[in-house]
Amino acid sequence: MLWYIGRRLLQLIPVFFGATLLIYLMVFAMPGDPIAALYGDRPPAPEVIEQIRQQYNLDKPVIVQYVLWLGGLFTGDLGTTYSGRPVAEELARAFPITARLAVLALLFESVVGIAVGLVAGLRKGKVFDTAALVISLLLISIPTFVIGFVLQYLLGIKWGITRTTVSPEAPWGELIVPAIVLASVSFANILRLTRASVAENMGADFVRTATAKGLKRGRVIRVHILRNSLIPVVTYLGTDLGSLMVGAVVTEGIFNIAGVGGTVYQAVVKGEGPTVVAFVAVMVIIFMLANLLVDLLYAVLDPRIRYAK
Amino acid sequence: MPSNRNIERYVAPFEETPVAAVDAVNTSQKASSVWGDAWKDMRGRWLTWVCLALIVVIAFVAIFPDLLAPSSLKSCRILNSVEPPEAGHPFGFDVQGCDVYYRVIHGARASVTVGLLATIMATVVGAIIGAVAGYYGGWLDSIVSRLGDIFFAIPSVLGAIVVMTVIPWGRNEVTLALTLAVFGWPQVARIMRGAVLTAKNADYVTASIALGVSRGKILLKHVVPNALAPVIVIATVSLGTYIVAEATLSFLGIGLGDSAISWGHDISTAQEAIRTTPMLMVYPSAALAITVLAFLLLGDIVRDALDPKARARR
Repeated sequence: MLWYIGRRLLQLIPVFFGATLLIYLMVFAMPGDPIAALYGDRPPAPEVIEQIRQQYNLDKPVIVQYVLWLGGLFTGDLGTTYSGRPVAEELARAFPITARLAVLALLFESVVGIAVGLVAGLRKGKVFDTAALVISLLLISIPTFVIGFVLQYLLGIKWGITRTTVSPEAPWGELIVPAIVLASVSFANILRLTRASVAENMGADFVRTATAKGLKRGRVIRVHILRNSLIPVVTYLGTDLGSLMVGAVVTEGIFNIAGVGGTVYQAVVKGEGPTVVAFVAVMVIIFMLANLLVDLLYAVLDPRIRYAK
Repeated sequence: MPSNRNIERYVAPFEETPVAAVDAVNTSQKASSVWGDAWKDMRGRWLTWVCLALIVVIAFVAIFPDLLAPSSLKSCRILNSVEPPEAGHPFGFDVQGCDVYYRVIHGARASVTVGLLATIMATVVGAIIGAVAGYYGGWLDSIVSRLGDIFFAIPSVLGAIVVMTVIPWGRNEVTLALTLAVFGWPQVARIMRGAVLTAKNADYVTASIALGVSRGKILLKHVVPNALAPVIVIATVSLGTYIVAEATLSFLGIGLGDSAISWGHDISTAQEAIRTTPMLMVYPSAALAITVLAFLLLGDIVRDALDPKARARR
């Protein structure tokens, strides 16, 4: 097991370098001069431009810049934004907000999604199942931002139950509606996955055996059906972390949340290279670690899978 | 000839099997194939026909938008801003005073073009790379798999946001589709590689090797056709997700340029007037949702039809 984890961690290293290099090259190929953008109509003296260029390593070839940036990354220095604030500070401000949003979204989609999917799968073909399927299809085909606007309009403006936008501190309570919006597509996917998986396992031999030896229905469902049905769901949750971070760009825009998604989007639009690469690098690391965690969870859920070698 | 009647037999003895009995087996029926069986299954479901009808309608709207919404509706007059529906303008007018019906009809082309192009590019590139990696294995497989991991590790819409701001030759349907495909091919490649790994160990491949068929020919004639089913399924489903991605990027303002008519862009402008005229957002959203739904459902049906286990369960 340890050997397996070690090998997987080693495999992550080239992927991490490749992904960050790719983003780095793309971001610094952006058109426009970020330094000219700092100053308005009156360009600064050439010496000032030269000094700023040196300060941000913009005078060196891109590959040298990348290596310098990597060096900074490993010594805990994520660089500074073009307005002079350390990127690390920006990250420390935005990250907890999006983390709260993602935790709420993951919680909602996994708990409600698995519960509804389980009931739908157990009652395949009944009214509840059909209703759940139709709702999940609608949630998948209606884009997240439309769902966001509709909820914001109905709950925030028309009925006045919630605030339309989230305050800068983004406390847990205000993030519930945005989290539901963010999780809507994943919720529908988890519901469908669980339902299909449960319906398949209902007819499996081990379920018939468990019922035949007189186990209570609750135990058959919990231990035999649910546990076996969760494997595809767990895989999905791992890759879903990536789409949640992407969805955060849209959701945070709608509800005016000052999290990672909104910051990255603003940084891309403004051509703030250092901010974009640092944020994306952190996202890539989280995504890769989440996928590793999922692979390890397999072994817990399915004793047939063992990474003993 | 020594008698070998006492040894255990695994094959029916030649001299005891009358040739007539073999000949009597009826082989005149058309051989069943994976695709034939799948189509037979799909044909019997009403949902297939609903999806196909929807897709035909959407395709018609995308190819001939002028037949449904003539260009006489194209001009926008700011005096008409957020006017309710009237004769000849069934959906009313948007903030800029443009006819909403015209924009909804003409928005289909962008969505379908981007969706189709991105799907074709991602599927073809992903399938070829996945097949070669899975079939030849070794260092080629390692390199290609790591390369796929790199693209896979960057969340696709995030990567697309960066590429679309950087892209030097303008933002149009082709560049947008290309961008989406760049981050979409590893998924196809992974699935193809897995399917090829299973197919290349099948008995018919061993038989072909024994017969002396060349490796390239085995890959093309035997392995790829038998590994294609999961790729077709993922292609149909991803068509829907690429259409959503196009709308999302256009919504964020970095999809198609401002001159293009896109549902995502229209939804984003309708949102500014949501307090006064919420209906403005309903039309492009509904058009988008119906298009995506048609392709997603078709993907589901194809998957069910290609999976004999799912077929037996129904």
